[in-house]
Amino acid sequence: MVVAVALILLVLATLAFHFLSPWYFTPLASNWGLIDLTVNVTFIVTGLVFVAANLFMAWCVIRYRHRAGHKADYDPENTKLETWLTVGTSIGVAVMLAPGLVVWGQFVNVPDEAREFEAVGQQWHWSYRFPGDDGEFGNVDIRHITQENPFGMDPDDPTGRDDILIASPIVHLPVDQPMRAWLRSRDVLHDFAIPQFRVKMDLVPGHVSYLWFTPTSVGEYEILCEELCGFAHHTMRGRVVVDERADFEAWLDSHPTFADTMERGLGDAELGQASYALCGACHGQEGQGMQILNAPAIAGMDVEYTARQLRYYRDGVRGTHPEDMVGATMRPIMAAIPDDEAILNVSAYIATMPAQPLEETIFGDVERGERIYGSCAACHGANGEGIWAVNAPALAGLNDWYLAAQLRNFRDGIRGAHPGDLYGDQMMLMADILPSDDDVDDVVAYLNTLSGGTN
Amino acid sequence: MAYVAIADRDQHLHDPDTFITKYIWSQDHKVIAIQYALTAIFVGVVALVLSLLFRLQLGFPDTFNLVDPNQYYQYVTMHGMIMVIYLLTALFLGGFGNYLIPLMCGARDMVFPYMNMLSFWVYLLSVIVLLASFFVPGGPTGAGWTLYPPQAISEGTPGIGGGIVLMLVSLAIFIVAFTMGGLNYVTTVLQARTRGMTLMRMPLAVWGIFVATILGLLAFPALLVAAVMMTLDRVVGTSFFMPEMLSLGRELDYGGGSPILFQHLFWFFGHPEVYIVALPAFGIVSDVLSVHARKNIFGYRMMVWAIVLIGALSFVVWAHHMYVSGMNPYFGFFFATTTLIIAVPTALKVYNWILTLWRGDIHLRVPMLFAIGFIFTFIHGGLTGLFLGNVTVDLPLSDTYFVVGHFHMVMGVSPVLVVFAAIYHWFPKITGRMFNEALGKAHFWLTLLGTYSIYLPMHYLGILGVPRRYYAYGDTDFIPASAQTLNSGITVAALIVAAVQVLFFVNVIWSLWRGPKADPNPWRATTLEWLTPDTPPKHGNWGPELPEVHRWPYDYSVPGEAEDFIPQTEPPHAGVVAGRDHGVHH
Amino acid sequence: MNISVLFAALGGAILVWLFLLQRLKTKPWVEQGVIEEGGAVNAAPERVGLWVFLAVVTSLFGLFAIVYNMRSQFPDWRPLPDPGLLWANTAVLILASVALQRARGAVAREDLEGLKPNLTAAGVLTLAFLGGQLLVWRQLIASGYYLATNPADAFFYILTALHGLHLAGGLWFWARAAGAVWKGLESRPVTEVARVRLSVTLCSVYWHYLLLVWLILFGLLLST
Repeated sequence: MVVAVALILLVLATLAFHFLSPWYFTPLASNWGLIDLTVNVTFIVTGLVFVAANLFMAWCVIRYRHRAGHKADYDPENTKLETWLTVGTSIGVAVMLAPGLVVWGQFVNVPDEAREFEAVGQQWHWSYRFPGDDGEFGNVDIRHITQENPFGMDPDDPTGRDDILIASPIVHLPVDQPMRAWLRSRDVLHDFAIPQFRVKMDLVPGHVSYLWFTPTSVGEYEILCEELCGFAHHTMRGRVVVDERADFEAWLDSHPTFADTMERGLGDAELGQASYALCGACHGQEGQGMQILNAPAIAGMDVEYTARQLRYYRDGVRGTHPEDMVGATMRPIMAAIPDDEAILNVSAYIATMPAQPLEETIFGDVERGERIYGSCAACHGANGEGIWAVNAPALAGLNDWYLAAQLRNFRDGIRGAHPGDLYGDQMMLMADILPSDDDVDDVVAYLNTLSGGTN
Repeated sequence: MAYVAIADRDQHLHDPDTFITKYIWSQDHKVIAIQYALTAIFVGVVALVLSLLFRLQLGFPDTFNLVDPNQYYQYVTMHGMIMVIYLLTALFLGGFGNYLIPLMCGARDMVFPYMNMLSFWVYLLSVIVLLASFFVPGGPTGAGWTLYPPQAISEGTPGIGGGIVLMLVSLAIFIVAFTMGGLNYVTTVLQARTRGMTLMRMPLAVWGIFVATILGLLAFPALLVAAVMMTLDRVVGTSFFMPEMLSLGRELDYGGGSPILFQHLFWFFGHPEVYIVALPAFGIVSDVLSVHARKNIFGYRMMVWAIVLIGALSFVVWAHHMYVSGMNPYFGFFFATTTLIIAVPTALKVYNWILTLWRGDIHLRVPMLFAIGFIFTFIHGGLTGLFLGNVTVDLPLSDTYFVVGHFHMVMGVSPVLVVFAAIYHWFPKITGRMFNEALGKAHFWLTLLGTYSIYLPMHYLGILGVPRRYYAYGDTDFIPASAQTLNSGITVAALIVAAVQVLFFVNVIWSLWRGPKADPNPWRATTLEWLTPDTPPKHGNWGPELPEVHRWPYDYSVPGEAEDFIPQTEPPHAGVVAGRDHGVHH
Repeated sequence: MNISVLFAALGGAILVWLFLLQRLKTKPWVEQGVIEEGGAVNAAPERVGLWVFLAVVTSLFGLFAIVYNMRSQFPDWRPLPDPGLLWANTAVLILASVALQRARGAVAREDLEGLKPNLTAAGVLTLAFLGGQLLVWRQLIASGYYLATNPADAFFYILTALHGLHLAGGLWFWARAAGAVWKGLESRPVTEVARVRLSVTLCSVYWHYLLLVWLILFGLLLST
């Protein structure tokens, strides 16, 4: 008896949860309203069955519960009833399946007017590529990948020279324009998913998959990886910004083509040396750093990482958080090195400086730090040497006090929270594994023991 | 030659005389069943504890910090694999299959008792190898229970050293154990039924276990093939599944392999696996419902056909797990259609369970409560399966918490409720003692309501778009703060559900020791296992004479009979009852 | 896709078989009393067990064959040379099968003298086949085809190893039967003689089956 009442209450509670809870589809931002329609059809059909079957069961339990003198029917089968139920169920199934197949047909067939772009996945970043004026993508191969050519573009393929390379997890797309996304992975499986667009598809290494959609409302949406791709899977975030067409074209034009990136290369250290004098005032002419000025050693830092951080200071992405007093001191300096090329050159010069011996100032539990560092090593290297291919800077060779301060900043949202910090949210998520300052000290103490060599 | 049941022949049973041969190195199917069940429940508890650890991380990401991302994925992986293979498959087939098949078919034992014994020890070995992976450098694999390459064996995933290899080896060993057991179950059902026990007189529990075993025998080889090939990819450096890749900045020596090929193999095993767990549950719950409703199972023939049909169809739906895997998208049409077709026989089973209650005489004892709870959760899980099986609806929902909610409802909660129904139902026969009814009811209520409040909300997180297999969510625009509150609530519910399982263990242990002595047939059931001369049944089950079967297993409340049940061994009564064919309504 | 077709056919066949044989359409609640069930179930459990096992092995090799076929479509596939020795090995395995078939005939005629040489020959030929396969491996390794060189090589080693393992498992049962035969059956109890008989018969079934598997595998290896 109680169980019958419970069944009825569970049905009511389920309905209440469905209709009253705040958790439901995000507002649709693409053309895929038909997917929502199919889901709703499915909800109606299954909902009716759910309510009817359970209420009937509850009624049976009440009506036919054991009472003295009551005897059950003898009822081996009822072909007619079973036939009707089969027919009814088949109709219900057909009602759900038919729209499903029709909409899938639309999903599989990309409209001719669709523009193309490519989303490239890697552990644990997104980047993008647009075909240039020729409308064709150049060939790529992971064997061509170098720090100058991170997309692995085939230098001998003329169709690739005008391909526009977006080395950032943020991509812009034009509103109301059907877009076909080609999906390519250079390591493991990933999945390109935007909840507001409703569609998703896996990226499979050695294979190119696709999906298509038409963004229908201007705004920013998150791209999530939804196929487990290693332990930092949850940090693989991207962003799609849906623009008016003109804004989109302007954005696209602001990005270099493959030919541009090859020409620019990784900066000219000789030209950069002149600008460095200004930096040397605090960081030392040998790049050895001065703790008293809160200026860390920078000699030998990776060129792209340094350039990225300098651009962040210049653009107010870094050093603008109210609690980042030290970072703020970099902001006015950057006025002296305004353009991207100068930044790249000075970074190239810094990269050529030989590493300087560092003084240890933090002593923690090295063994514990080693265990914690297990989660960092995948990107920053087992020896703290950094891996340019995953945009992870070297950690060995940096001042321990500086590292500790930055780790605390990431953890506390002082650094990395700015939307312009491309990989900041990733470090913020990973710094969650360092809840206490002891954790920070331990891992930094371990980093003090690392050589930075690549074995 | 007249039919002579194998069981009637002079089967030489090993007469155990020492403690060791009786309880440890035993060839008695009942002892082996209990060994299987205890081992499976033990690893199940391990997996349950793992789930609590990662649930605490998900529910309270900034509070406990018990697991780092590596451990999170390792625990998620081990939880899934243990629950699906080492708990549910082993418990339903190795445990219940072993216990029930010979007793329900009227055999003295399995036809190959020695191999049956080996099956358990090999299973135990697979469990030990699996658990050993917790203690190797790098720990167990964290590739997700699906073990998809390339990430399962490439840098960036925890446990790519010993962990993944031990997992694959353990699976291979498990498959050997399963094959040895499975040959026994199938051959025993085909060959060792007692006189008069035709196939269509077998209880549905035996049907479910029988067909599930056939599925397992045909489907597990796919997992074996995948495991062998992946082991070689990992250890020797072949490229079956491994493409050319730049793994965290390092170019690997692999080239040309197909990760999707692995997925096909995995799900060719993985989908039948769902039914390897579900069909025994379907069968067992049918029998429990019929006994406690004092009514024949409604539509027995339809139930048998549905079991066979579902079993056959389960081999042609596997790629519905791969709609967004990047495989040829045109496969979606075929697999969506087959998948939704399989819903029809499954729905008929549900109807027939409810129609068994209809016009019954329902005794709401503990096993019956669990059976009714199962119908409720299975309806829910089955219906949400129609979302994921329908290729278009799967697009927004796959890889989200909707999937997690769905498969826990249909493959976690539902079978486990049947496991409890079965344990409470056969406890008096297995142990000779009654369990405590009040504790059993408390266990039921807290388990049903607790699990529903875990998994119902998960579906809505999935609809919102919350992805599964995330260690933490950080600041994500479309996930409101309330979703994190909901996540905390789910974790609290999970902790409660885990805690109340103590009631079950207390009940079992206390009842074994102090429970009142059980009647040989306390539920007044018709099937053979209740008619053994001894309770619990002794070695050889039947004493000097094998039972002889004269009727189907569902003669409950037959009109004109004094008792409301007629055991299967009862010869026909004088005077044929009118209306046997058509049913009689009071 | 071909996997699904194969298994749908297999499932369909089982379904039809059950329908025909076991009268799934009977209404069990109508008939009462003991029903004698004849037909295929009236066989030794070992025989049924073997056939069920062969179904499992079919699934295993069938899946390998399908995966082989799928993987061989990829552009990096470099087929192996066809070692001539494989033809000789194949002939040896056929002879082993023939010998076992003759042993089976002898056992049926209760011709113990005819049984011994044939049974022995079967075992020796099988060992020769396994030795021949090992030789093929050595030849391939000597000419630089290692397990990890190419998926075609890897498949060759796996498939031959798996097939060889199944034969080696069969040899264990063969050894038990042969041992009993050589010790002399005349003085043994009737039940034991019957067991040996069954054992020889089942060995021949298993060998024929593995020969068939080998011929299909060999065909597959030759065709790519």
